[in-house]
Amino acid sequence: MPLIKIRDLHFYRGDRAIFEGVNIDIHRGKITAIMGPSGTGKTTLLRLIGGQLRPDKGTIEVDGQDVHKLSHRDLYELRKRMGMLFQSGALLTDLTVFENVAFPIREHTQLPESMVRDLVLIKLQAVGLRGAHDLMPNELSGGMARRVALARAMTLDPMMIMYDEPFTGQDPISMGTLVNLIHKMNDAMDLTSVIVSHDVAETSEIADHIYLLSAGKVIEQGSPVQLKRSTSQWVQQFMQGLPDGPVPFHYPGNTLEQDLLERKDAV
Amino acid sequence: MQNKNTEITVGMFVVAGLIAIFVLAMKVSNFAEFNDKEGYQVVAEFENIGGLKVRSPITMAGVRVGRVTNIRLDPETFNAMVTLKLSSEYDGIPIDTAASIYTAGLLGEQYIALEAGAEDESLKDGDILDLTQPAIVLEQVIGQFLFSKAEGDE
Amino acid sequence: MIETIRSLGRWGLGSFERLGRGHLFLVKILMGIPELFLRFSLVIQQLYSVGVLSVFLIIIAGLFVGMVLGLQGYNTLVDFGAEESLGVMVSLSLVRELGPVVSALLFAGRAGSALTAEIGLMKSTEQLSGMEMMAVDPIRRIMAPRFIAGLISMPLLAAIFSAVGIYGGFLVGHGLLGVDDGAFWSQMQVKTDWYGDILNGVLKSVVFGVVITWIALFEGYDATPTSEGVGRATTRTVVHSAFAILGLDFILTALMFGG
Ligand SMILES: Nc1ncnc2c1ncn2[C@@H]1O[C@H](COP(=O)(O)OP(=O)(O)O)[C@@H](O)[C@H]1O
Ligand SMILES: [Mg+2]
Repeated sequence: MPLIKIRDLHFYRGDRAIFEGVNIDIHRGKITAIMGPSGTGKTTLLRLIGGQLRPDKGTIEVDGQDVHKLSHRDLYELRKRMGMLFQSGALLTDLTVFENVAFPIREHTQLPESMVRDLVLIKLQAVGLRGAHDLMPNELSGGMARRVALARAMTLDPMMIMYDEPFTGQDPISMGTLVNLIHKMNDAMDLTSVIVSHDVAETSEIADHIYLLSAGKVIEQGSPVQLKRSTSQWVQQFMQGLPDGPVPFHYPGNTLEQDLLERKDAV
Repeated sequence: MQNKNTEITVGMFVVAGLIAIFVLAMKVSNFAEFNDKEGYQVVAEFENIGGLKVRSPITMAGVRVGRVTNIRLDPETFNAMVTLKLSSEYDGIPIDTAASIYTAGLLGEQYIALEAGAEDESLKDGDILDLTQPAIVLEQVIGQFLFSKAEGDE
Repeated sequence: MIETIRSLGRWGLGSFERLGRGHLFLVKILMGIPELFLRFSLVIQQLYSVGVLSVFLIIIAGLFVGMVLGLQGYNTLVDFGAEESLGVMVSLSLVRELGPVVSALLFAGRAGSALTAEIGLMKSTEQLSGMEMMAVDPIRRIMAPRFIAGLISMPLLAAIFSAVGIYGGFLVGHGLLGVDDGAFWSQMQVKTDWYGDILNGVLKSVVFGVVITWIALFEGYDATPTSEGVGRATTRTVVHSAFAILGLDFILTALMFGG
């Protein structure tokens, strides 16, 4: 049984459909990537899985529980077992790096200070930022902040971690480290990982399974090798990053000619 | 640590606020009187109380001994029944003490002045003061004065 | 025309929806209060930023308001030969009205706007979302301690304002204008009632504290998560708080002192 089971998911922002009938299975112990051009709703999907947004139709089950039918208390219990890495890091700006990583431990456990300290330093060591534990979040670069957030997401040893664009804004070296880290953690801690990304190369390096999203639907799915061999033009364009093809670069709307003419009329 | 200083200043803030409330209670308001619950109450019947109000002071030889706690109209006699709360400190006031309503200054507030009687027996809770003198209403006094003046002229 | 009516209708519905959300928000905060007794350090932290940091402003403002009252009151009362009542005038004005109201207006400007900006910024930087995903309810962890801190701070600040103001009035009345100090204090004590005046004034400031903190927290929580949105929310906190304070003051005064 998959850890996350998404069935017939529909979600709208006003009149605009973000998802129209999406089905996704995320299997335990695997790294699943969800890819698509920006603005397709990858972040939105993670928020739906985390129960921060409510689908207009369809269900999302995590570990056998329907996320959107849970009581407030049960949802929060479930979230303790879900780690999430936000695109921005979402660190608490009035706490030091150390306190940020210690935050979930302090909130959810009664561990003595010495154990909290050890746990936090181990996690910071894993992301290579133990030396930075005294810094404030505004003293970190975007990439460092994301790594601190990763350490924080790991502190409670969750069953799964959702990564929102973990690779953007990382320099090549830390990118390599991060890719390795996600991979190693997934194996060592028996995690289930969901990576949302549009970095094709890095993601296909570690993903076991990839879903490609576009225009509110799953366009294609399969292992990285399968996708690379896909005959679909769309998939080829996305996987190879070609500028021309069926993937629209423009946000849907009027054509440029229409807009220009309209303005002329108004004037 | 930072935390200690925060706690100390917060403590100081709360104490300062409580001191302010304490000052308002003790120095600014009549809180102190409210606290002597052991006072006793007597009733005095007046023909007219003028501008007397609940909380008006009661004095004896100019010393504050209590305050008015209630004023109502007797439905039969149509006199004002005024309840006086006297401090338990002054428990030896003779039972035939007289109560009068005076005005502090020409336009000042009205108060009740007690004039000690001669009996040995003292006032107790629930007693009634019979000897009372009503408030002097300025309009009446002026009216009488003008009237007698006019009579005298004739 | 129809478009105007339609947009008016939409605006009306929007306001009602916001009002509903605001009340729901308050209920959730109130439900989070009991567990704060176990973690009172959170409240202490907020008492510092909400209360302590406002004290200086309150003391200075209270002192000057009291001094002005002393000066103006004397000028009016001396015409009636009633300058001995200066103490009463200063104390009743401060304790009943100016203390609670002026300190509440200052509190809204100083602490309320800061709260909205802080919460709005936490929202726009996804800190609130992040907390939710760490299974920490931001309403309980962030809002409830601030709410309690506002509720505790406001009456203390108002009392400090009134007390300092009365001394300010005394300084001017006695020190500068030569009003007899015995008369100043004794008349004040006779006419200022503990229950009727002081406790009612304290009650007023508790109400103001609740309303200001509620508005400030909700505006931050409901802000559009952009710098402009947070800026607008901060302005709204100050304006709405001021209206709420003045309107409620009228109602409370009518209820307490009117009958
Ligand atoms: N709070 C919001 N209100 C309205 N529309 C939103 C909101 N957040 C995101 N959207 C829209 O939803 C779409 C998907 O957003 P998102 O999930 O952030 O995309 P991405 O795949 O880049 O992470 C975007 O096109 C955006 O316009
Ligand atoms: Mg995104």
